[in-house]
Amino acid sequence: MSDPLHARPHERKVVLSLAGITKRFGAMTANEAVDLDLHAGEIVALLGENGAGKTTLMNILFGHYVADEGEVRIAGPEGQLVPLEPGSPHAALNAGIGMVHQHFALAENLTAFENIVLGTRPLLSPSTSSRADRQRLEALMRDSGLTVDLDLRVSRLSVGEQQRVEILKALYRDARVLVLDEPTAVLTPQESEGLFATLRQLAGKGLAIVFISHKLAEVLSASDRVAVLRMGRKVADLPTAECDRQKLAELMVGHSLSHSRREPRAPGDVLLAFEGVSAGTGREAVRDLSLTLRSGEILGVAGVSGNGQAMFARLVSGLERATTGRILLAGRDVTAQDARAMIAAGIARIPEDRHRDGIVGAMSVAENLVIEEIRSERYQRFGFLDFSAIAARAREAIDAHDIRCRGGSAISRLLSGGNIQKIVLARTLDAEPMVVLAAQPSRGLDIGATGEVHRRLLAARARGAGVILISEDLDELFALSDRIAVIHRGQLSVARDADELDRATVGLMMAGHAEEAA
Amino acid sequence: MMEILDILVSANFWAAALRIATPLIFGVLGALLCERAGILNLGIEGIFTAGAMAGWMAAWLGAGLWGGVLVAALAGASFGLLHAVLTVPLGLSQHVSGIGVTLFATSLSYYAYRTALPDVTSPPRITAFQPLDIPVLSDLPFLGTVLFQQTALTMLALAMVVVVGFVLYRTPLGLAIRAVGDNPAAVEAQGLSVVVLRMGTVVAGSALMALGGAFLTMSAFDAFFFGMVNGRGWICIALTVFASWRPGKALVGALLFGAFDAFQVRLQTEVGAFVPGQVFLMLPYLLSILALVMVARKADYPRAMLKPYFKGQR
Repeated sequence: MSDPLHARPHERKVVLSLAGITKRFGAMTANEAVDLDLHAGEIVALLGENGAGKTTLMNILFGHYVADEGEVRIAGPEGQLVPLEPGSPHAALNAGIGMVHQHFALAENLTAFENIVLGTRPLLSPSTSSRADRQRLEALMRDSGLTVDLDLRVSRLSVGEQQRVEILKALYRDARVLVLDEPTAVLTPQESEGLFATLRQLAGKGLAIVFISHKLAEVLSASDRVAVLRMGRKVADLPTAECDRQKLAELMVGHSLSHSRREPRAPGDVLLAFEGVSAGTGREAVRDLSLTLRSGEILGVAGVSGNGQAMFARLVSGLERATTGRILLAGRDVTAQDARAMIAAGIARIPEDRHRDGIVGAMSVAENLVIEEIRSERYQRFGFLDFSAIAARAREAIDAHDIRCRGGSAISRLLSGGNIQKIVLARTLDAEPMVVLAAQPSRGLDIGATGEVHRRLLAARARGAGVILISEDLDELFALSDRIAVIHRGQLSVARDADELDRATVGLMMAGHAEEAA
Repeated sequence: MMEILDILVSANFWAAALRIATPLIFGVLGALLCERAGILNLGIEGIFTAGAMAGWMAAWLGAGLWGGVLVAALAGASFGLLHAVLTVPLGLSQHVSGIGVTLFATSLSYYAYRTALPDVTSPPRITAFQPLDIPVLSDLPFLGTVLFQQTALTMLALAMVVVVGFVLYRTPLGLAIRAVGDNPAAVEAQGLSVVVLRMGTVVAGSALMALGGAFLTMSAFDAFFFGMVNGRGWICIALTVFASWRPGKALVGALLFGAFDAFQVRLQTEVGAFVPGQVFLMLPYLLSILALVMVARKADYPRAMLKPYFKGQR
């Protein structure tokens, strides 16, 4: 092996060992007989799709959950492994385990410093910290390069800074093991690079590090070893040097990936037309939008978030009225129609923020599946809701689209993002709408769920629907779109054939350099 | 106009304001402690009644004045424990539990009173706390009258402002209480028990509230009457928001209300002939609502307030 870390035996000391961990939530098995060893000085990536059981496993490690079977062992003073008291974050902290949660465990009304010293002294001590504590922390900050203004309230820190506070919390308690749950989910690419550089440095000092991810690129570039979880089981545990993208993706998803391909198709009649539409004021305003969408095509709308996409989407779905211009649906003027009329007329909407606008979180999966059609005869009997029809529809959709939940009565907000999106897709696309508006439909989803979104959009195109795909992801836009238009500062460029465009041109137009691009 | 000015500069007026403010100081401190830990304690009105009744009864039965104060605090702590059990480990609605505690504590206090004294028409009196006559200090002009002719319980209330402030802002315990009201997950991730912290804080806060009640029967008056708490607990809940959950501002808020109340009594004697008395009784509450409206729009509630926390739940 080329990596020097693996060549030195004394650094391969096991610091922590998970043995036969099984955890069930009701009928669902989140982890099944998972073994995992962590070594000093090594960065392990825990890879898996959403819902594969990665976070559950780490929460057991840190004592948030108690495993139904198996145990966590931690190296004692002489290197021998001793069992860790289950279900106690306190014991985990004392044993030198630090955890950086995906949703940061920080009190925002306290300063960064207060958050770090919280819980480190007996509660009835007369002061929260000493000058020596402060100096030790400042030395830690210098050594690790994790700088942050300690006296600012956490609510005033950026997300990246808050994450640094979380890592400092662990270091301040002399952590030997550092667990990070999807640490890059909230970071910009530059911040992510900085984070991994820091982690590498910490590992060099003998820390055992494990980070959860479903992003292949960062797993390949930042880890020494990869453990892959699929449906709660560990399916692979191998040095990163022996992996490549394709292999990891297949291990994670469980079958070889077939990329969704767009079949050539002659576009049909014009379904939707915008004629010089303007609406809104300020940053979210759109001006003089004109476009046509034909049957059997996917029209990509590229743009950096906040350039009027939200207003455009609201106009298409009838949530906002145009102040000037006309909107025609199959030749009929629908400029003044509201959202319900737009749905009835055959426009389906996959909203950008699926948690806020896509579902009602407190309602069941079944209710969310029928919520747009609740007035239809199909779900009514004598003017009342027909619960058996609604339940039947839920069973059908759950089976057909593999929505992972414990049935139609499950509360929707507890589902993973991918499964929530499957509910939205089932509701909007099963009715075979004429026009589909998909706003950032794969944002935040893992590979499997993204593939599902793309398959369904392509299926809609294949049966003759027109699809508007609003996205920031150029890979997605070029893979799916027949034509691409760029939105910048509320203005939409003329849509051009995707085959005539390249990524650099679209990127320049998204940044507002239309002249150079042309 | 001159009469109003005369009222505002008189030492007797401010002495009365501080006296009226005393039970409110205890109450607001107790309420803000509970809320800092994330628990709204609407049991306060009943806990006031229980404190008033238990403290007075203990003193009447011969426990002594300070013995009575201790009994009052224990009574408050007990009802606080009830509220804490219902809202923290069981995670029930804090509103419903709080109102339940108020109704229960009030009724139980009346029941205990009637059981102990079935036949009396006017309650027996105790020798209440007397104004401290501290040599030299009491003779100071103005301040002597305002500060040093109060009873020991008023002094205790002022001391508690300092104690609660110190605990909240200077000790690891206070840090943990402030953190658990903002994000319980942060406290758990640092190895502390959310349940123990929240329950302990609610019990301590409730004991403070009960002292406010004890002041009524053992210092302001010397006997227990039905209905004597008369909404003071609810005022404390409003004053907590006005005080932005800070002990120092809690003192200011309580004094402000005390001043309004003392002012209306004196105003009644001046212009009472022309205006119905109820208008004056209404005045302090009306002014409190106005003050609240101005402050509370920017109120920065503890983020986790009213939200139950269950370990290991998503």
